[in-house]
Amino acid sequence: MTPSNITSLQRVLTTLGHQEPDRIPFFLLVTMHGAKELGMSIKEYFSKAENVVEGQLRMRDKYRHDCIYAFFHAPIEMEAWGGEVIYSENGPPNSGEPLIHKFGDINNMTPPKVKDAPCLLKVLKTIEMLKNKVREEVPIIGVVISPFSLPIMQIGFDKYIELIYEQPKLFEHLMKLNELFCVEWANAQLSAGATAICYFDPVSSTTIIPRNLYLTTGFKIAKRTIAQIKGPTATHMASGRCLPIIDDIAQTGTAIICTSVIEDLAEVKSICQKKIAVLGNLNGIEMRRWTSEQAETFVKDAIAKGGPGGGYILSDNHGEIPWQVPEEVLMAISEAVHKWGQYPLDWTTIENS
Amino acid sequence: MISQDVDQFEKALLSFDRLAAENILNKSDGDRTPIQFIEELIVPALERLGTGWEEGRVALSQIYMSGRICEKLVNDILSPCVQKRTDQPRMAIGVLEDYHLLGKRIVYSALRASGFELLDYGQITVDELVRRIKEERIKVLLISVLMLPSALLVKKVREKLKETGTEVKIVVGGAPFRFDNNLWKEVEADAMGNNASEAVQIITKIMEEL
Repeated sequence: MTPSNITSLQRVLTTLGHQEPDRIPFFLLVTMHGAKELGMSIKEYFSKAENVVEGQLRMRDKYRHDCIYAFFHAPIEMEAWGGEVIYSENGPPNSGEPLIHKFGDINNMTPPKVKDAPCLLKVLKTIEMLKNKVREEVPIIGVVISPFSLPIMQIGFDKYIELIYEQPKLFEHLMKLNELFCVEWANAQLSAGATAICYFDPVSSTTIIPRNLYLTTGFKIAKRTIAQIKGPTATHMASGRCLPIIDDIAQTGTAIICTSVIEDLAEVKSICQKKIAVLGNLNGIEMRRWTSEQAETFVKDAIAKGGPGGGYILSDNHGEIPWQVPEEVLMAISEAVHKWGQYPLDWTTIENS
Repeated sequence: MISQDVDQFEKALLSFDRLAAENILNKSDGDRTPIQFIEELIVPALERLGTGWEEGRVALSQIYMSGRICEKLVNDILSPCVQKRTDQPRMAIGVLEDYHLLGKRIVYSALRASGFELLDYGQITVDELVRRIKEERIKVLLISVLMLPSALLVKKVREKLKETGTEVKIVVGGAPFRFDNNLWKEVEADAMGNNASEAVQIITKIMEEL
């Protein structure tokens, strides 16, 4: 296929089919940069669907990447559950005090309904408006926090680990509630026009829990949940490790796995080969102070390791580009993908030899 | 013998077997003083777990649960008035403007399990942190962060402390520092720990210097 007759969606679908499209697809997962573009505070930007629509469209025009990212921020789900969102001037909003103060509170919780949560309806409106603009040209990525990872915000990270190990009944009960919510929220985004759902599941990463625990918790939950989501999913560990559980993740029914920069992309790709596509793994934190030359070097390296044979989408490794990453770096990344990401990747074999 | 004990102790921690860990302590009760138990068993075991986490063999949940077991064991054998706990410059730990408290809890437990005493500031703002450091005459401050904006706030803490002439050793840790090796210098921290056992090593060194 040549660049002139292929859309971003076709490019992505080709790579997901483990074939080489015209060039490496790349997802620039910018959430807050649209606010900068529109000259708004992050809080104001996320207050209206129209802002995010305009921000996402301008980002794509500018950086020529291959997706629309309908993700607002993680605490928006907590807002639906009755939690607080704390906005920052220079970073993603934080979730406020956990909703669950003592484990027994779990028995009194009820999952929110999407139709009753104005914050979620705002996201759905954003997706609908974006879909009307991009139609079938660009994939729109919706986002859910997995049932297994949402409790980091619901109860706090330390208490959640204690819950997993020491309160199995309450843990299971909370997972049932979270699964109900997650499935409804994912399918609402797909109905609104999202092409796929990014299933953020950092607690399942072997950075956070060992594989044997994953197999009895996050794995089963992901399998049950993803089976009920009526569209393709990408599993994202938000910078956490996935290498030791790639085969398990592939069995959850997800189509894509995002790997961390602390893992060797070539090794991840070789294990994923033909089973599951790979997304990643530029270092979003370090990106803040990259020069254009460094950006090009890191992009080239990622393409050489992940690109051959398709099944690869270039992206950052966290699922959100930090506010502090300058426009020049994002532009350098984009230019490098367009320069070095054209298939066939003959230059990789020449450089290797 | 010591190595064998550390092996068994590490195994007990990784399987969250509090009783097995206590049995190892009780078995060696006559052979070791509480401080020796900490230095010869707990600290090496936590160091091994820290290395395991760095290498991807051990998960954070295991480090956290192990830290809780060790902290309790040390609380039981080392009363708050033991010299090791009191004869040290004042130290505190906090999380800057962020509700992600896990890293702080892990480091707090590891330090207490290693015989150190420290104040726990929990989640705290820059201004409140600076005020408490001055009022409570803190000499060593540990800051744990998960988010990049929080990491960048460490520089503000340093600047405000400089303005008032307050000298404090700042030790930082958390994901942004792990993903960008130069960030701790940029925010003018004195040291960065990749994990809880590194934090123990850094604090031990600082305490010797102070």
